[in-house]
Amino acid sequence: MIAKKRGIWVFGDYRNYFQNRVTLQLLSRAKDLATKIDAEVCAVVFGHQVDEWVGEYIAHGAEKIYLTDHPQLAVYSMETYTLLMERLARQEKPEIILVGATAFGREFAPRVAKRLGTGLTADCIGLDIDKEGLLLQMAPSFGGNLVAEIVTPERRPQMATVRPGTFQEIPHDYIRTGEVVKVPLPEHLPVDRVRLVRLERCPQREQKLEDARVVVCGGRGLGSKKKFAKLFELAELLGGEVGATRPVVYADWAEHEALVGQAGKPIRPQILFSFGISGAIQHTAACNDAKFIIAVNKNPNAAMMKRADVAIMADASQICNALIQELKRRIR
Amino acid sequence: MLKMVVCIKQVPMVSELPWDPATGTLQRDLAEGMMNPACRSALDAALRIKETEGGEITAITMGPPMAEEVLREAIALGADRGVLLTDRKMAGADTSVTSHTLARAIEKACPGFDLVLCGFSTSDSETAQVGPQLAEELDIPGVAYVDEIEVSEGAVRMRRISDHFLETLEMDLPGIVTVTAGLYAPRHVPLGGLQAAFAAANIVSLDAAAVGLDPEWIGAKGSATKIRNVYSPTAGKKNIVLTGAPKRIVEQLFERFDDKIGGAIGKDLKTDKNSK
Repeated sequence: MIAKKRGIWVFGDYRNYFQNRVTLQLLSRAKDLATKIDAEVCAVVFGHQVDEWVGEYIAHGAEKIYLTDHPQLAVYSMETYTLLMERLARQEKPEIILVGATAFGREFAPRVAKRLGTGLTADCIGLDIDKEGLLLQMAPSFGGNLVAEIVTPERRPQMATVRPGTFQEIPHDYIRTGEVVKVPLPEHLPVDRVRLVRLERCPQREQKLEDARVVVCGGRGLGSKKKFAKLFELAELLGGEVGATRPVVYADWAEHEALVGQAGKPIRPQILFSFGISGAIQHTAACNDAKFIIAVNKNPNAAMMKRADVAIMADASQICNALIQELKRRIR
Repeated sequence: MLKMVVCIKQVPMVSELPWDPATGTLQRDLAEGMMNPACRSALDAALRIKETEGGEITAITMGPPMAEEVLREAIALGADRGVLLTDRKMAGADTSVTSHTLARAIEKACPGFDLVLCGFSTSDSETAQVGPQLAEELDIPGVAYVDEIEVSEGAVRMRRISDHFLETLEMDLPGIVTVTAGLYAPRHVPLGGLQAAFAAANIVSLDAAAVGLDPEWIGAKGSATKIRNVYSPTAGKKNIVLTGAPKRIVEQLFERFDDKIGGAIGKDLKTDKNSK
């Protein structure tokens, strides 16, 4: 008999499938990791009438699907899903469990980790396997100025959450096949102590900032709300959108909608103008796909300045004003 | 009487920190402490519930002795008493161990509690894991990322936006809720409250032994996750550095990159050099 392969599991978070591809992104990363420790990539799916997603996960690289399909699981339920994951993990003993950092995943993963008595690293920006075969969990640290490499040396499974957009999904391939393991719903399933009174779908908002070709982003280094407001004039001249960092949103210089970062929106402009932003990893991780970065900061050592293609060492607000003048002159 | 517990954390005021020019990192040891913003929202939610439903608020924090400051602030804002969990052995705890420590302390210091409120996340570590793990440790119903909360007759009704869904949820007490930052406007500390907080503040301090914690399951020792290495992510990119007078910098920028910027915005930004 062939020894059972170790498992790298990805939680199948299919709610909002079309807006949120994080499960597919994790399957892709899991495939790379699996080659290094000779493991198999598995997706875990709880729900009702979810064959469509099972097929998608296989097409995107899952070799095995653990599926619990039952009418009682038709709506996401925290306590029930936690219990199902705990039971399955105790039975199958996966090496690694990866969970997308959706609102649900960010609450679900810590509960599962707690029940399994293992560690969990939040919002990893990178995952790898070290020399000893341990999962290297790269996470922002010290206010986002450094990356910490975290490992879970003794306890299993090793667990991490990852924000959507951190990894690239592999193209779907419907020729791929996978094994579907049907896991029955346990008898005497306790009723979730949190009752769902009403569930309404929020209107899909436009993704203006996420899709903008030019983004003008401002941070605390601009100095004041009034100076920050000049970014809107600059953005208009450039036909772009305005983004903001967390301190700026906290200071009420900008709406929460404008937050660019792990807790906000990822952006992928052709050109990113970055004004007075130090460059905490929680912010820069959401700017990885910017093609060309022009950063302005008085501090040449700011992380954003080091990442930039053009680093302008000057007062952010003065450069913003000078750019507005120059653009007005050049755009006829 | 409704017994509420608010978990708060003192975090460094990172936005005020000076840069270390040699390394390009923040000088964290120079940090001033402040109450984590989301914890302030949790406290505010508790104060609002107290205003309408009555009740008693215990603020609890784990940290170095200086974390007592945020308990005094909480009392000045209207909390009735504070519990300071401080012990060198508790240092370096990951979220799982932190929630274990907090849960046992809550059971010790506030037996028979009805509602635990936490901020959804802290501004220094941003894991958002302690609240959900506290729910597991205390084995009570819990909901994270709550935007609105209403307590009546032994139950809590909550609203939150979760992955593009507006959810209305309900649970019986005792329960635990983590609240998002921002929906409750921060209050100013009333002068009378401030005097009370520093004159006769009801604060107890507990160490691991007083809580009855197993030394194997606290601090860095009990934590499943270990930090292997820490590095700066910005090493090695070669870039162009512009400096000087703003007007001159901007001119240089367009001289070199007018095609690139113009291409992105779909406009011709070239000037006729002779037309100046």
